[in-house]
Amino acid sequence: MLQEEEDLSLTIAHIVQKLKGSRLYSQLERQAWVSLQKPEIKLESLKEDIKEFFKISGWEKKLQNAVYSELTVFPLPRHPAAPPEHLKEPLVYMRKAQGSWEKRILKSLNSMCTELSIPLARKRPVVEQKELLNKWNEMGTDEPDLSLFRPVYAPKDFLEVLINLRNPNYENGDHLNLKTHLGLIQVPLKVKYISELKEFFIELSLNTGQLGIDDATQVPPELFENEHVRLGQKVLAEQDSAAAQQYIRQGSPTALRAELWALILNVSNQPEDLLYYEQLKSNVIQHDLLVDSLIYKDVKLTASNDDYYFVFEDYLYQVLLCFSRDTSVLGHFAYNSASPPKSYIRGVIPFHGFSMYVAPLCFLYHEPSKLYQIFREMYVRFFFRLHSISSHPSGIVSLCLLFETLLQTHLPQLFYHLREIGAQPLRISFKWMVRAFSGYLATDQLLLLWDRILGYNSLEILAVLAAAVFAFRAVNLMEVTSLAAAEAVLADLSTLKVMPLLQIFLFATIT
Amino acid sequence: MLIGQLAVRLQGLLGGVVFPAWDSRTTEDFYAAAASAMSRVQVPCHIKGAVALQVGDVRTVQGRPGVLVIDVTFPTAGPFELQEITFKNYYTAFLSIRVRQVGSPNQSSNKWITCLRDYCLMPNPHNEEGAQDYVSLYKHQMLCDMDKVLELRLILRQPSPLWLNFTLEELQFFQHGPQSPSSAFTKWLSHPAPYEQPALLLQQALPDPDKVSSEVQQMWMLTEMIRANRTTARIGRFDVDGCYDLNLLSYT
Repeated sequence: MLQEEEDLSLTIAHIVQKLKGSRLYSQLERQAWVSLQKPEIKLESLKEDIKEFFKISGWEKKLQNAVYSELTVFPLPRHPAAPPEHLKEPLVYMRKAQGSWEKRILKSLNSMCTELSIPLARKRPVVEQKELLNKWNEMGTDEPDLSLFRPVYAPKDFLEVLINLRNPNYENGDHLNLKTHLGLIQVPLKVKYISELKEFFIELSLNTGQLGIDDATQVPPELFENEHVRLGQKVLAEQDSAAAQQYIRQGSPTALRAELWALILNVSNQPEDLLYYEQLKSNVIQHDLLVDSLIYKDVKLTASNDDYYFVFEDYLYQVLLCFSRDTSVLGHFAYNSASPPKSYIRGVIPFHGFSMYVAPLCFLYHEPSKLYQIFREMYVRFFFRLHSISSHPSGIVSLCLLFETLLQTHLPQLFYHLREIGAQPLRISFKWMVRAFSGYLATDQLLLLWDRILGYNSLEILAVLAAAVFAFRAVNLMEVTSLAAAEAVLADLSTLKVMPLLQIFLFATIT
Repeated sequence: MLIGQLAVRLQGLLGGVVFPAWDSRTTEDFYAAAASAMSRVQVPCHIKGAVALQVGDVRTVQGRPGVLVIDVTFPTAGPFELQEITFKNYYTAFLSIRVRQVGSPNQSSNKWITCLRDYCLMPNPHNEEGAQDYVSLYKHQMLCDMDKVLELRLILRQPSPLWLNFTLEELQFFQHGPQSPSSAFTKWLSHPAPYEQPALLLQQALPDPDKVSSEVQQMWMLTEMIRANRTTARIGRFDVDGCYDLNLLSYT
């Protein structure tokens, strides 16, 4: 009990320290000074009166949201003896694997630089700056010669690295034993069993209403949908992050989604944020980075070719170019097992498909600065885990292992058959999970899925959905005889409805 | 002379305190403050190599030992009161600790008592969870009083056959330090220099000592205020000149 009290006071001190220099702190101070002029505030009970004032005026809610956001995103302060690398990633062999993977990426980037004789960064001449400023809203129209550029890596390269991940202290003997991994991932991380998943995703169960199922045209809206929308409006009126996160587990009505996501991610459109975005924009205009060309190439290859997202091409440039210059993103490297390269380039090197993280958000937000902030928050909370090697339960390694375990446990015949024909299921589902299904599902279904990611603050639902898709197409998959045929069966996911699949797999499959 | 020294030393102190580094330093400072409040002092110890306990002959029996015993003695320190044990786990699943203390005078030999029984370090011995964590064990978690510890025996268990090795690393033992509230005092302030002859000083034009000492006190208060208000929030934007002129990224 003593230990818990100490931990709690440590957490409180940590959060207070983090919030002390923030804008919210100075606003609260200013509000407290202003409130002294009000007649309700009496000198004898100054502290209580000011607290009451904060409660009534809604400032307490804002503080609550900020604290909740800190608790959700940042891991708790570490043991005093633990070095900072331990906070990023406690397992030493994973840190090493991440380090060597990063070295490979940097080598590839450097060799591309020297081959094409392009500097990593250069200052733009004034003429070019003016031109870019004029064209800022239509950067998609110019067609620079990008034929010599190639993406630094693709998801399948990353999969090869994960397949070769080995714990040196683990018995990787040749003989089969109790814990031999029949799938591709060979590290014994903790993943949830289906009973634990059922508990974790309890709001997705059969007797709870869901948007994505219970708002279908055949279902009368009085049963669930109207009430849910009313509740959503109430949550937004209260401006409570924690309540919004709980609410969105059952899905978000389309009209309220943009505001709900902004509330959960604690993103508000303050003038300082707008100013920050403008400053990033001016950084883009003044300097040209090699990473920009990679971003251009990626957008042209992926989002521009997608039926749903090609209209947002210009927005994507505006967001991603600024993202590559944002210093505040560096803050997340404290708990990300990756490290930024040693230079002034903001540490995230885009890979093939990176722009697909931003594309679905363009449906919700039309103002570039708000879109940018939402994307940045989503990235530093969730998406970074999908392309760095770590033992975190939402990290891509755990997701892959969860997927394979679910498939082995609940569809053993299918798993065995696919393995025999040389079509390991992870080879097909990896690209879905790395992109968080963006570009594979229909947009409305994708947004329903991302609602749940925000609601549960975890990416495990991606692995569950991947297994559910395999379960859905199991009959067809049992008849294929090669990897290419299996890929063909699972090539088109755009007609799938996400929520029924998840519900059936979690709650209606006989195990 | 003394005042000159004072000014120079405080200059150094100010340089170190007014512009603190971010994140890691501030968390460490919190812990250092907490530690100094708890005032623990590390006890030098001698850790004997781990001995595996196994049934049967080690060479002929297949399979790895699941129990290791580590003996810790304190040859230089006498019987002390154990406050805290910290270590880094390496794939140990359960930990038991037995202690031998100075017994009561009428007992002829000191007995071994179990003070921690099957403390779980890895919730699932087959998985990696908790396998490489840093752990602290405190006096209040022990089953018996740890007033006069002579020796400790750590019994490590790892029932899973999947791991090749298991042990505990970076073992450290702490006892109660002296109750000194102001450990932030530098040594030279608590041991003032002997009184020096002021006669030589009067020949040079030095400032009034009272004025200087009051100004120095004010400076000290300012630094304490700034230190108390330290935050981890970023200032915002700053550009480093020439940072965009680069051609290659370094690997290290």
